[in-house]
Amino acid sequence: MRYMLIQNYGGVEGDCAPMYEWTPAEVAAHVEFQQALNRQLEELGEFVDGQGLAGPDEARFVVSDGITPLVTDGPFSESKELLAGYRIVEVDTAERAVEIAALISAAPGQGGAPIRQRIEVRQVMSAPDPEV
Amino acid sequence: MSVSDVPDRVEGLLRELAPRALGAVLRRYGHFDDAEDAVQEALVAASSAWVADGLPDNPLGWLIRAATRRMTDLYRSEEARRRREDLAASWSSDQLDPATGRDDTLALFFMCCHPSLPTASAVALMLRALGGLTTREIATAFLVPETTMAQRISRAKRTIAGSGEPFALPDPAARDERLAPVLRVVYLLFNEGYASSHGAELGRADLATEAIRLGRLLDELLPDEAEVTALLALMLLTEARRVARTTDTGALVPLSEQDRNHWDRSLVAQGTALAARSLDHSPMGEYAAQAAIAALHDGAPSHEETDWRRILSLYTVLVRQTNSPVVRLNRAVAVAMVDGPEPALVLVDELAASGALAGSHRLHAVRAHLLETQGELRTAKAEYVAAAARSANTRERDYLTMKAAALDVVGFSPPSRDR
Repeated sequence: MRYMLIQNYGGVEGDCAPMYEWTPAEVAAHVEFQQALNRQLEELGEFVDGQGLAGPDEARFVVSDGITPLVTDGPFSESKELLAGYRIVEVDTAERAVEIAALISAAPGQGGAPIRQRIEVRQVMSAPDPEV
Repeated sequence: MSVSDVPDRVEGLLRELAPRALGAVLRRYGHFDDAEDAVQEALVAASSAWVADGLPDNPLGWLIRAATRRMTDLYRSEEARRRREDLAASWSSDQLDPATGRDDTLALFFMCCHPSLPTASAVALMLRALGGLTTREIATAFLVPETTMAQRISRAKRTIAGSGEPFALPDPAARDERLAPVLRVVYLLFNEGYASSHGAELGRADLATEAIRLGRLLDELLPDEAEVTALLALMLLTEARRVARTTDTGALVPLSEQDRNHWDRSLVAQGTALAARSLDHSPMGEYAAQAAIAALHDGAPSHEETDWRRILSLYTVLVRQTNSPVVRLNRAVAVAMVDGPEPALVLVDELAASGALAGSHRLHAVRAHLLETQGELRTAKAEYVAAAARSANTRERDYLTMKAAALDVVGFSPPSRDR
């Protein structure tokens, strides 16, 4: 089964300042954690894909009636709801997907304390079952 | 034979020889992990050398020698060198004993489907060790990065090494118990390929074809195991319907609406003969019952003219054997065809009350279909909507949504999710 583990800019439940106010060592520890987690998932044969997205200020919203697209540039007031990044993992059980999400959620923040980010766990659509 | 056929022929031969070469190296050196790597390297070397220079006189011996050189490099021990020389001498003259080769290949099946492995790992390992596919090909087929697949395979090999299991056929006493996961892994591979035939292209051979190939190999190795024969029959009878199962744009077509002129009659004939062979044994096995059901479908002139009574009695046998909720649900569908939707709905409601299929879209989809047959369109529509919301497959969800949309119910509002 494949799951997408999604994180938004908001949804951080820990008492945590924005990353630019952290010490360089704290930032480094956070980045190292993310890389180590990806390596670990790779070694377990579970890693499928993982991407971080460019900042929300660079985002654009596009709506079209099929004739004239309406493009809205940032910054957006609802930027906390935007997607920050995701991982796709392939696991044997739904429980394992939740377990990985819990690891991601507890990434180290200021003073090494877990940031407690909310992770959305969504199953990726798969092939249909056989008929018989 | 045209020039472009040469690589295909070499490829086919290599994949056929892969398990025998691995068996031979493993028999002499042990170390499943390294032996498997060494044979993979030999396969890669052979695929370019043989296309360029033509086939060697003894292709199997060539592969074993190449893999052995790699093993010797790895271990660099006097003993390994000595063995290599002994072996090189014996292989250059004649072929390996075919009976030993068969046992080795069979032992590899059991090893790759070791009960300590997660199924996804067993599938990958089987494709490499028995199918002769490269890690890259397997990764492409399953749409994961090559590094992930490489790790999955090497982890599986370490697990097997850690289990301390020797490279040999399992005890006759443990044989049935160990055969079950082998059959499951082959069938799972088939389903993966069959179900996702749009996404999972595997170069020349897709996963379903590969599963059938491995099924045939297993049937050759174990001709007296009725369940092995039955599994092969089931795969062929299902594969026969593949083209009719989706529209040109990939939308799902249910069995009842498939154009039976598009079923592959030669696969149906092969599968039906094998299914009959597997039914000669008693008691009837799980795959034998499934193959018999598939044969009845494939032999029927239409959905209505299908022998639903026999299908129902086969499902009754299957329920007794497996007590699987999915099988009980399928049995309810057969009950509806024989006795009408009312008794079938009673069975579905019992299943729902047991909680065994809680959250499954199948339960809702079957109930929707039965209610629709009864003319209970409003409830049927609600059930189709519930089924679509729970489906984890795009094509299936599209189909269920379409069914819901097709029921024109005035003032319909979707049900709230009960979870």
